[in-house]
Amino acid sequence: MKFGVVVFPGSNCDHDAFYAIGNVLKQPVEFIWHQSQDLGNCDAVILPGGFAHGDYLRTGAIARFSPVMKSVEKFAKGGGMVLGICNGFQILLEAGLLPGAMMRNSGLRYICRHVYIRVEQTDTPFTDAAARGQVLKVPIAHNDGNYTCDESTLAELEKNHQVVFRYTTPDGNDAAGNPNGSAHNIAGICNRERNVAGLMPHPERAVESALDSADGLVIFKSMVEAFVGTAKATD
Amino acid sequence: MATAPTEIKVTSEIAAEHGLTAGEYARVKEILGREPNITELGIFSVMWSEHCSYKSSKVHLKRLPTRGKLVVQGPGENAGVVDIGDGLVAAFKIESHNHPSYVEPFQGATTGVGGILRDIFTMGARPIAILDSLRFGEIAPGKGTSPEEAHENRRILDGVVRGVGHYGNCFGVPTVGGEVGFEPCYAQNPLVNALALGIARREDIFLAQAKGAGNPVIYVGAKTGRDGIHGASLLASAEFTEESKQKRPNVQVGDPFLEKLLLEACLEAMQTGAIVAIQDMGAAGLTCSTTEMASRGGTGIEIDLAKVPQRETGMSPYEIMLSESQERMLLVAEKGRESEVLDVFAKWGLDAMVVGEVTGGGLLRVKDHGKIVAEIPAHPLAEEGPVYKRPIAAPAPRVEAEKDWFPFAVDGTNLTQNFVKLLASPAIASKRWITEQYDTSVRTNTLAGPGASDAAVVRIKDPQTNIVKRALALSTDGNGRWCQLNPRVGAMHAVSEAARNVAASGARPIAATNCLNFGSPEKAEVMWQFSEAIDGLSEACVALGTPITGGNVSFYNETLGKSIYPTPTIGVLGILDDPGKVLKIGFRNEGDVIVLLDGANSLGLAQHAAPLQRTGQETRREFSSSEYSKTLAGIVAGEPPAIDLAAEKRLIDCLVALAAEGSVQSAHDISDGGLAVTLAECCFAAPVGARLALPPLSSTVNLTVSSLPPEFELFSESGARAIVSVSPAKLAAVLATARQYGVGAQEIGKVIRDNTLRIQYKGSAVIDSPVDSLRDAWAHSLERTLQTR
Repeated sequence: MKFGVVVFPGSNCDHDAFYAIGNVLKQPVEFIWHQSQDLGNCDAVILPGGFAHGDYLRTGAIARFSPVMKSVEKFAKGGGMVLGICNGFQILLEAGLLPGAMMRNSGLRYICRHVYIRVEQTDTPFTDAAARGQVLKVPIAHNDGNYTCDESTLAELEKNHQVVFRYTTPDGNDAAGNPNGSAHNIAGICNRERNVAGLMPHPERAVESALDSADGLVIFKSMVEAFVGTAKATD
Repeated sequence: MATAPTEIKVTSEIAAEHGLTAGEYARVKEILGREPNITELGIFSVMWSEHCSYKSSKVHLKRLPTRGKLVVQGPGENAGVVDIGDGLVAAFKIESHNHPSYVEPFQGATTGVGGILRDIFTMGARPIAILDSLRFGEIAPGKGTSPEEAHENRRILDGVVRGVGHYGNCFGVPTVGGEVGFEPCYAQNPLVNALALGIARREDIFLAQAKGAGNPVIYVGAKTGRDGIHGASLLASAEFTEESKQKRPNVQVGDPFLEKLLLEACLEAMQTGAIVAIQDMGAAGLTCSTTEMASRGGTGIEIDLAKVPQRETGMSPYEIMLSESQERMLLVAEKGRESEVLDVFAKWGLDAMVVGEVTGGGLLRVKDHGKIVAEIPAHPLAEEGPVYKRPIAAPAPRVEAEKDWFPFAVDGTNLTQNFVKLLASPAIASKRWITEQYDTSVRTNTLAGPGASDAAVVRIKDPQTNIVKRALALSTDGNGRWCQLNPRVGAMHAVSEAARNVAASGARPIAATNCLNFGSPEKAEVMWQFSEAIDGLSEACVALGTPITGGNVSFYNETLGKSIYPTPTIGVLGILDDPGKVLKIGFRNEGDVIVLLDGANSLGLAQHAAPLQRTGQETRREFSSSEYSKTLAGIVAGEPPAIDLAAEKRLIDCLVALAAEGSVQSAHDISDGGLAVTLAECCFAAPVGARLALPPLSSTVNLTVSSLPPEFELFSESGARAIVSVSPAKLAAVLATARQYGVGAQEIGKVIRDNTLRIQYKGSAVIDSPVDSLRDAWAHSLERTLQTR
């Protein structure tokens, strides 16, 4: 399975995603420059964290116009796996591939620390190797992670089981674990078709115990399993 | 002075307005063989400013040790470079951005971080870590600080912290450590010292030497604007007055996004092999980069300003040459291969223009639309500026009597309440509220971020294969209060503490960088402090085997005639061969033995060596310089603890050996706040990061009978000591290793499961408290103070 990591000007977690997939998970991975419309036959696309185009406007608002996003959209419409991490999640929201928007953290400050997120759904290609209710320790590092959307969208998200990750604490207190004011303690969501997902925490930074947690690896492993499963099914 | 049309006739008055003395102006005329025009005067004034020329410090800096087996590049280039094995090198340097951070805290701090990052990637190294050493005025009202002043100090701190975070977070380099200190003297002159570390393959290191006449000179990055004109000469090289706030336009504005593009584009362009030399445009912008590259290369440079990308219209040659617009680089490419370089910058959407070429004549020749506007011999401009042996005078000895010193409490006093106050003091309290605003984990190298270990530890991935082999540890330290009381001893402590911190993380200290923050060099007392500090640094760096590879000097840190405490900030770099053997500060397991290591006491009998010989007076005098004395009694007096560099070295070697053996569970040096604070922090760190919150581990400590007052035993900050915890099975091995290195090792207690920290002295408890209530005071104090309106 081949992963592609999109590089926008200002992406700064591209190397981290590349390392997690290539060196830790030992799967083929390559960078895709934002000007390119060619996804290079990748089987999954990752939009990494960072400050694409500086994010001096709304986060992700300019990146969505990068030429690569046309191809990503097409890829997603065709059922391809797309994962947006942090800034990548913000770009997916701006691109309309996921519903909702990001506001500034409720504390009005950038926050970087380890948080706990609960896997709410396991019927997505990003969580199929995880256990439902499994709590992952992963770091966050963002200014704008306060997820919001209108009431009906929120109701839809819940009804369709699109909330994939929710902030919590090790002992299950979701509100206390919410670092940024995010609606319904949402840390990550997927689309209705479940092939596009975004989350604010950085699973690619939690892939080895030396980094304080290897919990994030399960997300990338899930993607590989989902791909292998699909490949088998079509054999 | 913002607009200076070239027609202005230069007079000695105008030269004086530019900060040039009569003697310096005469020297300018001598070098040129004529009167300078206004552009040339501007160029001389910035190149010969204190900030760029080191004219007052040069004679002293020569005394610093700069050579060593591992030193690849010492002072004089954009950053120091050391060999870290496996064909890799580390580039690192610390620099100040103090005055801009007072005038405009947010932008001052961002551009401080931006400047030091550029210094690193200019060398061809990819930055992998930032540390910040910050000093502010007191953030809570108290002795010498009114509520309004405290509020203002909080505002400055907030701006600086946001600025540091904004730049590093966006740029994508983790801010992994540093320190924050508070003293009234920094109220109107905060210190922002930023350190950056980068790595490269040894053969990929670039120097800033313009070689090869005819090679094109290329300008890349941000367009030039009118911002920051005279930042180096007027802002950084003069003390503050009432009007200083009006210097806000002299502060530059940082754009971390642009710098991120510049980083990627520069590293990519360097890989083409078409780049000969490169230098960033920091202080004194285009002037400094052209002059220094030509001077170092033994060549000349000719540029035409009409080709310089400009943000504004109508800029004069004077303004273009002196602008300190950020995120710009100047590079020299191989003739005929310009397009390879230009293509890379085009890919990243950056301006890149051939603005001139390297020449053979040794002249810096500046043209504007073909017309010569400045013509100066580059080497004399860069290297033959004024050098001063400023007058030095020791201040009159401080007259202190016993009444000026800290009065110890009588034996038997319960010190728990005082201890809680100490833990909550801004200097000691957890800095988590600050460090959580920094991205500490991007690049997935951070093995020990802020507070986890005594030093920040980052692992090194090979730039080509991503394979992890080793780790690097870094610590910055400085103690202005001690340097004020005794600059020589204070400076030695700064080096020792930084090196000790590195060793307590398990790494072997190999090199250092320094940022020397002082008052006006025109004062003989300040120069005495400076000279003493240099001697202290030299002695300590030689003794501990950490040569100085670079850094900067920041003079004129004074406002309305009042100097800051002399504050040399030292960054020490260490190598950890096995990244799996990082030592952290937190206690781990119930039943582990708590051992006090003391390099000054090779007999292993902590209470029966040197300390016994001190008199009660000496003890009080030394203790009066401690954090405890300042916090509890408002007394800052006496002398810093005596320093024993040989003892520091023994302890360092011992800690490195213990880490390599893997025989200790945790290590934490004893510094600010003394033994009691060290023990508390070992307890606080224990449950942090645990998957399932264990019952908090804590400790019982029994201090053996001593003739010293309990407050001294608990809170003395004398050096060469550390606390390690050891599983009972490995205790014998640890004691043997300590003996081998001539370090005293004394079992003083055990890690227990009960949630209390209990320290007994002569059989009765002097500190006895639930760890949770100590932790609460320590963990939330800064946040509570900073959120006061």
